[in-house]
Amino acid sequence: MISKSKDKIAYLLLSPALLVMLISGVIPMSMVLYFSVHDSFAGNNFIWVGMSWFQQVLSSSDFYGAFFRSLGFSALIISIEIPLGIYIALRLPQKGFLSDLYIVLISLPLLIPSIVVGHIWKFLTLPEIGLISSSIDYLGANYDMNNPIIVWITLALMDSWHWTSLVILLCFAGLKNIPEAYYQAALVDGARGWSVFKNVQLPKLKLVLLISILLRFIDSFIIYTEAYVLTRGGPGVSTTFLSHELVQTATIQFDLGEGGAMSVIYSLVVLCVSWVFFSLIVRKNNEQ
Amino acid sequence: MSSKNRIFVAPIIYILFILIPIYWLLIMSFKTNTEIGGSITLYPHQPTLDNYLFIFSDKSWYMGYINSIFYVLINVSLSLIVAIPAAYSFSRYTFFGDRVLFFGFLTFRMMAPAILLIPMVQIFSILGLIDTHIAVALAHCFFNVPIAIWILEGFISSVPKEIDEMSKIDGYGFFKYFYKILLPQISPGIAVTAFFCFLFSWVEILLSNALTVVYAKPIGAIMTRVASVFIANISILSAAGILTLIPGVIFVIFVKKHLARGFSMGRVG
Repeated sequence: MISKSKDKIAYLLLSPALLVMLISGVIPMSMVLYFSVHDSFAGNNFIWVGMSWFQQVLSSSDFYGAFFRSLGFSALIISIEIPLGIYIALRLPQKGFLSDLYIVLISLPLLIPSIVVGHIWKFLTLPEIGLISSSIDYLGANYDMNNPIIVWITLALMDSWHWTSLVILLCFAGLKNIPEAYYQAALVDGARGWSVFKNVQLPKLKLVLLISILLRFIDSFIIYTEAYVLTRGGPGVSTTFLSHELVQTATIQFDLGEGGAMSVIYSLVVLCVSWVFFSLIVRKNNEQ
Repeated sequence: MSSKNRIFVAPIIYILFILIPIYWLLIMSFKTNTEIGGSITLYPHQPTLDNYLFIFSDKSWYMGYINSIFYVLINVSLSLIVAIPAAYSFSRYTFFGDRVLFFGFLTFRMMAPAILLIPMVQIFSILGLIDTHIAVALAHCFFNVPIAIWILEGFISSVPKEIDEMSKIDGYGFFKYFYKILLPQISPGIAVTAFFCFLFSWVEILLSNALTVVYAKPIGAIMTRVASVFIANISILSAAGILTLIPGVIFVIFVKKHLARGFSMGRVG
């Protein structure tokens, strides 16, 4: 068959990417798998311990706590950022100077390193001298960063500020791709406002929305730096997320096995959720 | 007219929400620590450039920026170089394991840097690359190469296959076709991909800090160092934060025309 030689070219073209991914992805991940089923002494003696690290992680309340906080955080910010992103994208001017200007301004938060994002929001919420905290205090309420609810609100605000722009950009791109004829057809049918959105725009946006939700899920589930700078995981452990738990275990306690097992479980969860989304994306794509 | 005005109210409010924290950072960068610690002021009453002068006169600070820009540029080039042929392969050929491989690439985009931290430090120690820009650039490939392949695959798929055939008839070899026909066709895609690779590499700190010691330390790590005595350094941290915005802004102005096309043309899987 001709496909044999074609296969060869295909693999040849893939090989540089595969090589790079081998070094930066596959080998590190294999090492994590290896750590997760071994106990280590002095950093280089490894003894097979089977599933015992997994049992330890899965019976640890710290792990479940961090796991559900991460999951909750992802759910919270997706439920804010996706609707807000769609709404703003719908309201943006479609072309012209103003459109370009808005796009540049909206992209700004995406370009700020996560550590700086953390600092900005820390500055805004410092007691007495922060803009947000002192405004709220001025209104008579108490913006207390020792209150877990306030801290969660601040984190959600920070993440929305940082990442809703990505959803807006993706939706804006999706909207731009809808041919004018669709709107005219809807207009002829007498559709207005909400019904145009529901029947014309939303179906066409499904693909970019799935991609947005997927990207936002991944990046919020693995959130580390911004949250750490802002809250140090506190008050108590109320904002200690999975990545914090993991870095604590793997680098500070230098517990490679437990860290490895945690990483494997973490990856499996992300993988399952992503696989569901990926299948949906592929199916949606084949429809279009 | 009134409906036209009403339309842009929501984006304007949203943009204010985006700009206020940046404005706050900006004015703090021109304030003295005494003013910041004193009381809330909505603009700097005694504006000073000292914070910026400090950064530009201290080698570890300004080298932090140069290091960050350097490894990000290496990463963007490397990601593009390996991702363009790979994306072409996914777009034009059906081969054994293509779907699995495509998803396989994407799974790495989903891994947390925290997971790969320890193995990466060990691997790059063995390779003797610790504290080099190459190490950070390579490390960031695990999330940027998949995203680059994903975006580029969509752009390449939107180039009609007939063009491939026609260039063959015209006697173009594969490389000439790639260089003369395909790359110009997908240049917006390359710009968008470069933007996203830049973005994800520029904002990452956990790995870039762990893989460097002195010579390749990123600006984020320098900021972490002084942040331990946080209150005393707010004004410098603000100035440093403002400076981290500049490369991104320059980048986004160049690619803004194409940005909106982003993933939208993606033909995934």
